[in-house]
Amino acid sequence: MFQKIMCPVDLAHRDTLDRALTCAADLGRHYGCPVVYVGVTSTAPGKVAHTPEEFGRKLEAFVEDEARRRGVSGEAHVAIAHDPTTEVDDALMRAIADTGADLVVMASHVPNVLDYIWPSNGGKLAEHAKCSVMVVRG
Amino acid sequence: MADESVNQGIPAPEGAAHIIETDYEIGQDNIETKIGPFGLDIHNPVFLISGLSIVAFVAYALTAPTQAADFFGWLRPTLTSTFDWFFLLAANVFVIFCLVLIVSPYGSVRLGGRDARPDYGYPGWFAMLFAAGMGIGLMFFGVLEPAYYFGTPWGDEPLGAARPFTEDGALIPENVEAARRMALAATSYHWALHPWAIYAVVALALALFSYNKGLPLSIRSAFYPILGERVWGWWGHVIDTLAVFATLFGLATSLGVGAQQANAGLNYIYGIPNNITVQVILIVGITLVALVSVLRGLDGGVKVLSEINMMVAALLLVFVLFAAGAGTILSDFVAGLGAYAQEVIPLSNPFGREDTGYMQGWTAFYWAWWISWSPFVGMFIARVSRGRTVREFITCVLIIPSLVCILWMAVFGGTAINDMIADPAGSAVKANVIDSYAPELSLFAMLESLPLAGITSTIGIVLVIVFFVTSSDSGSLVIDTITAGGKVDAPVPQRVFWCTFEGLVAIALLIGGGLGSLQAMVISTGLPFTVVLLLICWAILKGLAQERQV
Repeated sequence: MFQKIMCPVDLAHRDTLDRALTCAADLGRHYGCPVVYVGVTSTAPGKVAHTPEEFGRKLEAFVEDEARRRGVSGEAHVAIAHDPTTEVDDALMRAIADTGADLVVMASHVPNVLDYIWPSNGGKLAEHAKCSVMVVRG
Repeated sequence: MADESVNQGIPAPEGAAHIIETDYEIGQDNIETKIGPFGLDIHNPVFLISGLSIVAFVAYALTAPTQAADFFGWLRPTLTSTFDWFFLLAANVFVIFCLVLIVSPYGSVRLGGRDARPDYGYPGWFAMLFAAGMGIGLMFFGVLEPAYYFGTPWGDEPLGAARPFTEDGALIPENVEAARRMALAATSYHWALHPWAIYAVVALALALFSYNKGLPLSIRSAFYPILGERVWGWWGHVIDTLAVFATLFGLATSLGVGAQQANAGLNYIYGIPNNITVQVILIVGITLVALVSVLRGLDGGVKVLSEINMMVAALLLVFVLFAAGAGTILSDFVAGLGAYAQEVIPLSNPFGREDTGYMQGWTAFYWAWWISWSPFVGMFIARVSRGRTVREFITCVLIIPSLVCILWMAVFGGTAINDMIADPAGSAVKANVIDSYAPELSLFAMLESLPLAGITSTIGIVLVIVFFVTSSDSGSLVIDTITAGGKVDAPVPQRVFWCTFEGLVAIALLIGGGLGSLQAMVISTGLPFTVVLLLICWAILKGLAQERQV
């Protein structure tokens, strides 16, 4: 059914990712397809890494660990956004095209009043992405 | 909190850049929390100290306005006249430093490491450089300054050039050419190599220490070679707080003064009443548009607005050029370039000058002003300049904007001067710049002498307003980054806060009085910052030397 699953990960907030990661891995095993873990970073030094190259190395280490623990075939993909807070959605949309994913499994918060003013990342992707999107809440 | 295994110490460099080994983790001093639905990620204590001291200064200016006006009204001119030689010498050092870097082997160091590629293409990059650094200034001083130097009756002609007007305002033909030449040269001096070198130095330091050495994108990082690990403690807190201070007050006071200018222009052209209500509405409008821009982010907001603004400014330039006679103006431009090249050394000489009115009242004042803005503009330029080599960076931040500014002054100022020569008695420019001093009307006075004045003046006002927006939005992003400890991915509500806060400070000062005195305060910070910038030059050299070894 699916050839490639994309799972956006926020390395700075790994504790919130568990449900989405489990979901992505389960689906990957079920459909026998690889999971591409996408991290969005800026070009300026941040909490996770000092350069995009270092971010890539940390992402790869994370992916290796995940893939081994969950028994899926994992790949890492770094997406660069100049202004990550506001451009995550665009970076993820580009990543979908770059990786050729046909299913996105991503974590999102429970909707609140702010979502009426500006929608969450998961919401925007679900609305505009050309492929299937599964938004994992909680 | 982030998983410990992800935030290990910095790995050994792998050849692309020389990362500085430090135990400091970006964001380690931050408070990350949520207030209701709003996330927060603020640096403790820079965010709080900056916010509180800004409120304290505004309260001071509002409750003791005469005292504030007296004190800062005394302080600023005293500094620029006592230390004029220091400002001029320092600016010369920056220009020579930049020019030397272009030709030195250090020029091939790439910001971001050997494999980095530019984040932005040239058009977007240039648009953002101009809009943040100089847009308002060009609009406001483009006509005013050349016209002023040409005919000033107040004894502050640059280098003592002879006035081309008699006491009654009649023209003295034999003085015209020399006066025009000096007017354009003296104006170009203030808008070409020197100010851009000031910005380039700060921007280069910040870009180098963040992109190549992995330090947080904040002003304190440029001091790591000098202060070492102390830069993460109170030394750094003070440096960052000062930078936030200068940026926010610089922007807020410019916003307030700009609203007054725009109101004066609207009154001159459309008869809209010139009062505080209109000015407050203008500030609210500017802040709202800046908010939208800041919400859309760097690429979707700031860059788009900057590009639109540059296109409209370019259209206005081309219109004025052709309406005033392209042939004459372009030959004026070439002559202006030649005049600048010849006069730049006498103009930048701080010793033995007799034209102290010009040197202190304009040059030293400008240098102090540019230097007090340099943390903001420099940091913004650094933010958008990753991937360029040092040589390319300095050429594009120093040489090309200088040429554009000289062209701008030749077109706008040259047209104004021609207008004054053609009809001294009837010239609106002369009436508003020489006979009586209404600087905010100078642009509109010049446009009046050309066809389609109604349309071009409206475009002029819109340009002024949008340039304020682009300063406000880029400034908010810079302040947000500094107060988040160098993180560029702090939650959006924070940048909304700073953008709104700026507008509120401007409104408070406008209504309560105090714009002038706090603007004088900002410019006074130019003196300590000059020392800072000189130290930064040395830090850059050390930093580049390490990069070359990789």
